[in-house]
Amino acid sequence: MMDTFVMRHLPALLIATPLFAAFLMPLVGNAGRTVRSAWVFLGALLTSAIGLALAWKVLATGTVLYVFGAATTQQALPPDAAFPIRIMFQVDALSALMAVIVSLSSLGITIYSLAAESKQSGLETFYAMLFLLIAGVLGMVVTGDLFNFFVFLEISSLAGAALVAYRVDDGVAVEAGLKYALLSTVGALAVLTAIGILFAQYNALNLASLAARLQFTALDKVALVLLAVPLAMKCGAVPMHFWTPDTYTTAPSSVTAFLVVSSQASLYALFRILFTLYGHLVQFSWATFGWFLIVLGVLSMFIGVTMAIPQKDVKRLMAYHAVSQTGYMLLGVGVGLAVLGNAEALKTYGKTAMAGGLFHIINHAMYKGLLFLTAGAIFLRTGTRNLNRLGGLGHTMPWTMVFFMIGALAIAGVPPFNGFASKLLIYESVFRFSPFLSIIAMVVSILTLASFVKVFHSMFLGPPRAEFAEAREVPAPMFIGMALLALFVVVAGLMPQPFIDHLISPAVDALVDRSGYIAAILGGR
Amino acid sequence: MDVTQTLQTGSGAWNPLLWLLALAVALALALAIRSRGRKDFREGNGRKPFISGNEEPGNAGGHVPASNLYWGFLESLKGYYSRLVPLHTGVPTDYVAWLLGVMALMLVIGLTI
Repeated sequence: MMDTFVMRHLPALLIATPLFAAFLMPLVGNAGRTVRSAWVFLGALLTSAIGLALAWKVLATGTVLYVFGAATTQQALPPDAAFPIRIMFQVDALSALMAVIVSLSSLGITIYSLAAESKQSGLETFYAMLFLLIAGVLGMVVTGDLFNFFVFLEISSLAGAALVAYRVDDGVAVEAGLKYALLSTVGALAVLTAIGILFAQYNALNLASLAARLQFTALDKVALVLLAVPLAMKCGAVPMHFWTPDTYTTAPSSVTAFLVVSSQASLYALFRILFTLYGHLVQFSWATFGWFLIVLGVLSMFIGVTMAIPQKDVKRLMAYHAVSQTGYMLLGVGVGLAVLGNAEALKTYGKTAMAGGLFHIINHAMYKGLLFLTAGAIFLRTGTRNLNRLGGLGHTMPWTMVFFMIGALAIAGVPPFNGFASKLLIYESVFRFSPFLSIIAMVVSILTLASFVKVFHSMFLGPPRAEFAEAREVPAPMFIGMALLALFVVVAGLMPQPFIDHLISPAVDALVDRSGYIAAILGGR
Repeated sequence: MDVTQTLQTGSGAWNPLLWLLALAVALALALAIRSRGRKDFREGNGRKPFISGNEEPGNAGGHVPASNLYWGFLESLKGYYSRLVPLHTGVPTDYVAWLLGVMALMLVIGLTI
């Protein structure tokens, strides 16, 4: 009976659990460090379990609809109503993919943070904000309502900014938090304006309902731009990426790792807007907006990696690589969007390109999260992120070195790690669209490898340095957090096809099948 | 779920387990060749690596810092970097300006199609 209740209310519990964990955190924190740590672990474990259970349910049975306040959770339309008025979550295979990413990442990252942040003060606030960030990101990927999306975007942005500025003793962190908050607020203002434009015209906020009514008027075009550009900025696409290195560098590493996931939720929203909301309109130029993504992707890939190479701060270097890797996702899905109107091209390579792009999202969340966590481990033991000062740590931190190697080889697309599998899908499918783009993607991978060879050499190789003689392996929670992410990187690399079959392909189909998304809400109406 | 499945890319295929098998075979071959080498060789024993007749440098100070790596690459792309790096001003209002600029450009493109 309990099983049935939980399974029926999974979408609501997915948001309620981290919110509950966040709001009780100040109270639980008073009970001592052990109780607080246990509460954090339990909150993260439960949220992840619910996220994975929801994803499993969606992939096994199809889209899950959850309507708040209705007689039954599946009653999308009130009796005799022409359009949905209630708040609802609509979890299709694409949302399920994102829920898996958030669930796995948040668990590994939270466990890691238990040791990494243990010496800091104000941890009740830190974890309250971390759970709010997790709730915000989860809400962004499961909601079927545009205004709700804005609310969750704001929750994640504000919690993210607070976490970036968490180490207030470092003025740079506060500055980075302010930059993140400013950019997020300006972006959110544009998103809210777009939602207002759509609501004024169509009297609806529900995504499926709006998708069914959209006419592609001049105002709709303005709304599209006001939605798409800020979301591209939030995912760190060049030339709106400038906040990324500033923010990722100064935030605590566990926060940085989750900010990567938060950026990917914006990427999800960008794809959702372009495909589900606008993608079906005959007046909508698939090629134009496909090339919008492709151009952003190529710029992000190339400028991201070339800016990374000269960096001396390891986290700043990794932040530029995060920009670069986002480019691969934009390129893969952009090619899919560009050929959306061409059934033959979509079938022969468009869907494969999209699969590569979406597979790269989950792969990137894991290996980039892992890399940021290893950078945090190094900082914890040495007190510096400066690559000119570091060296010889392979002697004293061998496990951290192994985890770094796994992440570095994965991001560079070296087989047999997961980054290679998703990049291979992108290379081969994009080559059929434009060989030039594919070659750029391969060159960027080579430059990525070169950049991480430099980091590996600078941090781990060479004779032991006297100033880091006290450096030793990280505590168990940090080790476990890194091991969880590393395990995914290896497993997804060694057996990519089951991931494609059971997680990625359904997500691609869900992204392309807008009529299925609309029908889940409106039925025949 | 068949975990040994080959990844189909549309134009080709990739099986990491076969790749690992090939790697293991190559490793076994390398070890077999190595085992046919001189058995009487021992490290040390008065032998030194030959570095064009130079003395082998000691470990102390042997680490090359990160800034010294890829010097040639950065030097050859000096023109590119001299334009790209100054764009990263660190000024928040500049960041907002880029966002608004891209938005304006896309509005012009969007409204003309």
